[in-house]
Amino acid sequence: MAVSSGVSDAVASPAVLAGGSRSDSLWRDAARRFRRHRLAISGALVLAAMVLAVVAGPFVYRVPIDEIDFRAKLKGPSSQHPLGTDDLGQDLLARVLYGGRISLAVGVVAMLIGISAGTMVGALAGQLGGTVDNVAMRVTDLFLSLPQLPIFLLVVYLFRDRIKAFLGPEVGAFVLIVGVIGCLRWMPVARLVRAQFLSLREKEFVESARALGVPSVRQVVRHILPNAVGPVIVAASLDVAAAIILESTLSFLGLGFPPDIPTWGRLLFDAKDNLDFAPHWALFPGTAIFLTVLSINFVGDGLRDALDPRKVL
Amino acid sequence: MRTYLVRRLVTAVPALVGTSLVLFVILALAPGDPFGELATNPNVPPEVRMNLRKQFGLDDPIAVRYVRWLGSMVKGEWGFSFVSRVDVDRLILQRLPTTLFVLGSAQLLGLLIALPVGIYSARRPYSLFDQAATTFAFVGFSLPTFFTGLLFILLFSIYLDWLPFIYRADLQVTGLRWVWASFQQGIMPIAVLGLFQGAALTRFVRSSVLEVIRLDYVSTARAKGLTEGVTLLKHVVRNALIPVVTLIALQIPQIFTGAVVTEQIFRVPGIGSLLIASILANDTPVIMAITFVFSALVIVFNLVADVLYGWLDPRISFR
Repeated sequence: MAVSSGVSDAVASPAVLAGGSRSDSLWRDAARRFRRHRLAISGALVLAAMVLAVVAGPFVYRVPIDEIDFRAKLKGPSSQHPLGTDDLGQDLLARVLYGGRISLAVGVVAMLIGISAGTMVGALAGQLGGTVDNVAMRVTDLFLSLPQLPIFLLVVYLFRDRIKAFLGPEVGAFVLIVGVIGCLRWMPVARLVRAQFLSLREKEFVESARALGVPSVRQVVRHILPNAVGPVIVAASLDVAAAIILESTLSFLGLGFPPDIPTWGRLLFDAKDNLDFAPHWALFPGTAIFLTVLSINFVGDGLRDALDPRKVL
Repeated sequence: MRTYLVRRLVTAVPALVGTSLVLFVILALAPGDPFGELATNPNVPPEVRMNLRKQFGLDDPIAVRYVRWLGSMVKGEWGFSFVSRVDVDRLILQRLPTTLFVLGSAQLLGLLIALPVGIYSARRPYSLFDQAATTFAFVGFSLPTFFTGLLFILLFSIYLDWLPFIYRADLQVTGLRWVWASFQQGIMPIAVLGLFQGAALTRFVRSSVLEVIRLDYVSTARAKGLTEGVTLLKHVVRNALIPVVTLIALQIPQIFTGAVVTEQIFRVPGIGSLLIASILANDTPVIMAITFVFSALVIVFNLVADVLYGWLDPRISFR
């Protein structure tokens, strides 16, 4: 290992120089392009505010999420309950803040699973080629043509009791939902990473690394992957939005987290039969989902402009 | 063209086999034994249970079970609904037309929005119209269908009281009034789904047209004196649509997501709402069959997209 690391230092791969001054400007360039995208900046600000609110909010706003008060049920926004109350008189602001934690956590963890699985499959297919590549791409195509939500519902239906018995209702639901979303969202990343590998593999800096006898794994980890990271970051940001929508959809159908955990989708599910006399109940969590997804999409668009400048989207 | 069609049909077979394998594996991995209840019943001797298992072939090798299962799935022998006490295939066939009607109209609406808006945006990139369209597209596909649906109900059914928010398959009127009532009840689910599809497609139409419009052959078409309309429609759009068709084919699995949600919100009696109802009622045969139908529909629509593809780009069908 000592030999190969000594060898690879002689290879001038663009991303290996991350500490040096020249590729520093690569990221500075990207940051400049991102800052020029006004909607992406506003998206990032809104998103930061949302994250801060759901992470720090419950420490500042110390109203319990499950305090039942029938005298105050289905009340609109007031000074006592800033976002109003639901049919049991529970405070909606507290519930929206708590639900946001779950929705955002599901989005991020599901994205991490999907991105890691996708990168792994794409990297293996792109680096090894041949039969591995063929099989991996057929499996990717197969997963792409599965009807997402019906399969999701089927898996949750068949496995929820087993997993809940094993891990408890909350953790069980979280693991199941995050796992299935990850399994249904890795394919675009796999294709993306494979395409990047196929083009990067033939670049001179990788060729020279190969010529110097750098082992295959090290070629991938140190030279190819760092240069393929731009489009993956873009895909990752958009995947968070997709995962949040998928989880909310599941909860909205009444099949996600258990009823006592108020995720945003669950709040909408409970609110939908009271639309005519308590519209605030649906409007606030719905707006929270919308704003989060919209700002993530804008940030993703800005990242695409910043990191993937060839694209004309 | 015919050999092209045959070739596409042949490539659909592995797709069907692959999808059915995934479904079967999920089913086989799922916990639970169909005769589990009998095991705890002291009145049923274990030999009877063993015989039942043998009779239904539960102890056969997994490959044999898969082939038998796939055979009956393809033949439409989907079993018997635990809840409504009818054959599953009858239940689904009753509801499938409604789903296909809503899905088809929504997709059409999406295209009717995306094509003109996308093409016009691409002709004047970064103009005021383009920026407004891009922003609306972002808002459109960031609004989840379940929230748009609730907003539509709130606005059009509750505040304005213009439209009914429950979809009925058994309208009590006939003739022109039936057409009007169907239009009234269908417009919200179709609009919710169509706007979402349209928003996502608009950006792809725009970028695809933008890529084609600056190619040399378009300048040639203009230079030889063709009108702008002919250049745009016959030379630019036809080529720009090729990647758009691919994209629509790729998005088909996601359209079903929206379909399940809108059917649930507006109580449209299609197979999406049937799926949710069956899950809540633990009606396994129906759940299994609907998932199978959705998967088969993906393959069928992919075939349709392939045919369209061959028509838009003759080079593909001759290859």
